Amino acid sequence: MCLAVPAKILEINGDLAKVDFSGGVMREVNIMLVDARVGDYVLVHAGYAIQVLDEKEAEETLMLWREIMEIKDAGAP
Amino acid sequence: MTEERKFRDPVLANRIAEKIRSVAPKNDTIKICHVCGTHEWIISHYGIRSLLPKNVEIIAGPGCPVCIVPAAEIDEAVNLALKGVTIACFGDVLRVPGSEISLLDAKARGADVTVVYSAMDAVRIAKGNPGKDLVFFAIGFETTAPSTAVEVIKKPPKNLSFLISHRLIPPAMEFMLGIGDLHIDAFIAPGHVSTIIGLEPYEIFPKVYRMPTIIAGFEPLDILIAIYMALKQISEHKAILENEYKRAVTWRGNIKAKALMSRTFRVVNGAWRGLGRLPDSALKLMDDFIEYDAREKYGVKIERGRDILPGCQCHLVIIGKIKPTECPLFMKACTPQKPIGSCMVSSEGTCRIWARNMLPYFAH
Repeated sequence: MCLAVPAKILEINGDLAKVDFSGGVMREVNIMLVDARVGDYVLVHAGYAIQVLDEKEAEETLMLWREIMEIKDAGAP
Repeated sequence: MTEERKFRDPVLANRIAEKIRSVAPKNDTIKICHVCGTHEWIISHYGIRSLLPKNVEIIAGPGCPVCIVPAAEIDEAVNLALKGVTIACFGDVLRVPGSEISLLDAKARGADVTVVYSAMDAVRIAKGNPGKDLVFFAIGFETTAPSTAVEVIKKPPKNLSFLISHRLIPPAMEFMLGIGDLHIDAFIAPGHVSTIIGLEPYEIFPKVYRMPTIIAGFEPLDILIAIYMALKQISEHKAILENEYKRAVTWRGNIKAKALMSRTFRVVNGAWRGLGRLPDSALKLMDDFIEYDAREKYGVKIERGRDILPGCQCHLVIIGKIKPTECPLFMKACTPQKPIGSCMVSSEGTCRIWARNMLPYFAH
């Protein structure tokens, strides 16, 4: 119930969007709660996208973690 | 490395665990409280507690939205179901005990109880069956309430109404701080609730209660980093609100969702299973939508129920006062196959999570 799963928006049709949860799992979700575009990653909870994920922040978070933890090869795979 | 793998990088995880051990106070017992069923699942599934020093304890607060639905509200749904109204609910709710029976028991007695994935599904059923009286049992925290608001505001067909059991997380966190003998040292706040409400409602915890508060995401590294951030604040005698989950949570949260919620609901006092009534912790439909309020439409309002069955310790597990393994019924009389308390019913209940992740131990 608190679970929300990231998914990529493939198509938008009014208030609904076809999303890919990766691994070939597709579903139609309601996007009325967010301003999302095709290609965006959204968090989906109980059939509704509740937030658009910020990819830049995700990258920066990873960099910051490595910096805090004093791991020198920041950005390494 | 894929994006997901980057957030589960074992090298980084070990490094964070080392940092946690170096920053954690050496003698004092530290209690960090999270308030989210999914956080508990991640912590248990990935064995995060085993990476922490012995004096650092992570406890689970009332963060399972299914577990905290009071028996009286299950009784309302059961009552409607037995009167011939179709109940649409999330799957986890089916087996949650009411004072006497659950919705699943009602279904076994011939009531029409149907599982839906979302509020949208309930609207579809109502539209496709205009002769059917349908009630959507709307449970969940701030993460779920906006989806109910979306459907209510669109004025769905009149044969659909809503039994609102939504609850709010910050009042429950404040309640936790009032429990004298819990002695919480820091909060890890729930990431998905926070995507909606933002950071602002948590400001009270560092400012008024001097409580370090970290909003955390849902990868194992998110949780480890949040624990590190909390311990660092504790060791430096600071109390700050920090956002570890910046990729999904902003200061103001989801403005659209919050606006929809405030047009649809008003905040009222609400009962939590085993905890009593918490001030300003529940939602009720605004008068503009009273025709969609199942309690008003069917005249069903049950004030009191039997939340806790004899022997069950869910009221103590829900606030992290005891561990599931300290309940005398855990994995004896109360199992995932035959749950007694609500904490063993839901996949986000602490007992159910512990049972599932400890199953190999019970098998021997």
